[in-house]
Amino acid sequence: MTIEEIEKEIIEEFEIFGDSWESKYEHLIDLGKSLPLINEKLKTEDRIIKGCQSRVWLNSELIDGKIVYTADADAIITKGMVALLVRVLSNHKPEAVVKADLKFIDEIGLKEHLSPTRANGLVSMINKMKTDALMLSR
Amino acid sequence: MTEQNKIREQFPILNQKVNGYDLIYFDNGATSQKPVCVINSISDFYKTSNSNIHRGVHTLSRTATELFENARKTIANYFNVKNDQQIIFTSGTTDSINLVVNGLAKDYLKAGDEIILSAYEHHSNILPWQMWAQENGGKLKIIPLLEDESINYDAIPSLISDKTKLIAITQVSNTLGLITDIEKIKSFAQKNNIPVLLDGAQSAPHMLIDLQKLNVDFFVCSAHKMYGPTGIGLLYLSEKWLRELPISKPGGGTIKTVTFEKTEYAEGALRFEPGTPNISGAIGFAAAVNFIKSVGIQTIFEHENELVQYAQTKMSELPEVIIYGVSKHKAGVISFNVKGQHPFDVGTLLDKYGIAVRTGHHCTQPLMQHLKIQGTVRISFAIYNTKQEIDFFIEKLKKVITMLS
Ligand SMILES: Cc1ncc(COP(=O)(O)O)c(C=O)c1O
Repeated sequence: MTIEEIEKEIIEEFEIFGDSWESKYEHLIDLGKSLPLINEKLKTEDRIIKGCQSRVWLNSELIDGKIVYTADADAIITKGMVALLVRVLSNHKPEAVVKADLKFIDEIGLKEHLSPTRANGLVSMINKMKTDALMLSR
Repeated sequence: MTEQNKIREQFPILNQKVNGYDLIYFDNGATSQKPVCVINSISDFYKTSNSNIHRGVHTLSRTATELFENARKTIANYFNVKNDQQIIFTSGTTDSINLVVNGLAKDYLKAGDEIILSAYEHHSNILPWQMWAQENGGKLKIIPLLEDESINYDAIPSLISDKTKLIAITQVSNTLGLITDIEKIKSFAQKNNIPVLLDGAQSAPHMLIDLQKLNVDFFVCSAHKMYGPTGIGLLYLSEKWLRELPISKPGGGTIKTVTFEKTEYAEGALRFEPGTPNISGAIGFAAAVNFIKSVGIQTIFEHENELVQYAQTKMSELPEVIIYGVSKHKAGVISFNVKGQHPFDVGTLLDKYGIAVRTGHHCTQPLMQHLKIQGTVRISFAIYNTKQEIDFFIEKLKKVITMLS
């Protein structure tokens, strides 16, 4: 599946919840809980993306020409968002990752997590995913 | 109309929906909301009296100067300070502490000297001292906390030496809401002739502060936490320090005469207030003090204390909730966590219900290290908060706990 296809799949998945933010967040929390995202050994200082409150760990590597992300977060809502981002961006050519506009976040109504005042480090995480992709594509 | 409604009516910001729910503002420890009288005092100043102060001969400038100096008098009077020149306008608590540290560093503090702080200080009452210590070979000594997170007063004598030059301590912990026993601190300090700086950022909004009775050397607070505007606060200096504290921020307005060789500085508060001050801020600060007087600080304290005890009791009934620093003697603040959950998640979900709380380390990272946690969720009250709001908060907190577990 392409990045856009996965985004579409997620949008459909969230459509069931309609306007109920509670169900949406419950789903996000479940996503956060269900995914063991990163090898504990990779949770090192240099892989931390510091938001001012919740911390995110990100590891990027190139496998057979595709970028593979593994990640984790200490807050569960952040981890749910991280799970979505990894699901969308992992296992694609770095060039595609660099170009991805990640519109799905807005469409599923979770854009508030990307505001720069949000203390969760997600904006920095997306930036890091993209710069890693850029570096690995060289 | 009930008394409570009459008060709430004065805070237009409270009358709004957040995420579809009535706003519940429980982040007063960070900054309180402002009543109409404060908002109007600022806009009236700009509409009718704005002008630069102290140097003008024209009528408007004299009016503005009078308003500014009257604000100083109102505030001095409220804190029961005899000489209004002992009240120096600063940009807030942080600025005030820096003014003290940089002034003392000129002459009073020497290499090898020691400053005593408590383990629950706000970063603003740590970093200026730490920077002085690092740059000048000084040392910080920390009063530890007891099991219940209150100050271990018994440990103080062992921290005092002939190198101890000052005790700087907060009157109310911004993270725990615990109240420091200043009389105890003073008894150790006075015995050894050590000056005391009191951080009143979290006490002035909730408690009666009589600076003659308190009789400390330095007192600092911020208007924005006491229903006033941001960007203004005060530094109170005892008579002695008003005479003796060297200025560290020279500039226009602080002088009598200037030549390129030498400057004769003004006396009193002005020597510490370089540049054009926050004139509308000072006027708004005075309006805030008048608001507090109109309600009565004792009424405010009792109301908030009732809310704290009410919330503390209800929260203690939830087995998943850990409260830090449970006490009957608290000023407006409760810090807690939900077992196994990150404060960020709890705060994010409460916000979805229109409840504004603060999460994180609250600028007290050393205290977080002592508690061995990353952060807490903090609720903090003001005169306009109600038991109904706490009931709604408890109901939604239960919901949040279910969602997260
Ligand atoms: C105890 C304490 N000290 C100092 C400060 C700093 O105050 P300001 O940011 O107004 O300078 C605060 C504010 O959070 C505080 O709670």
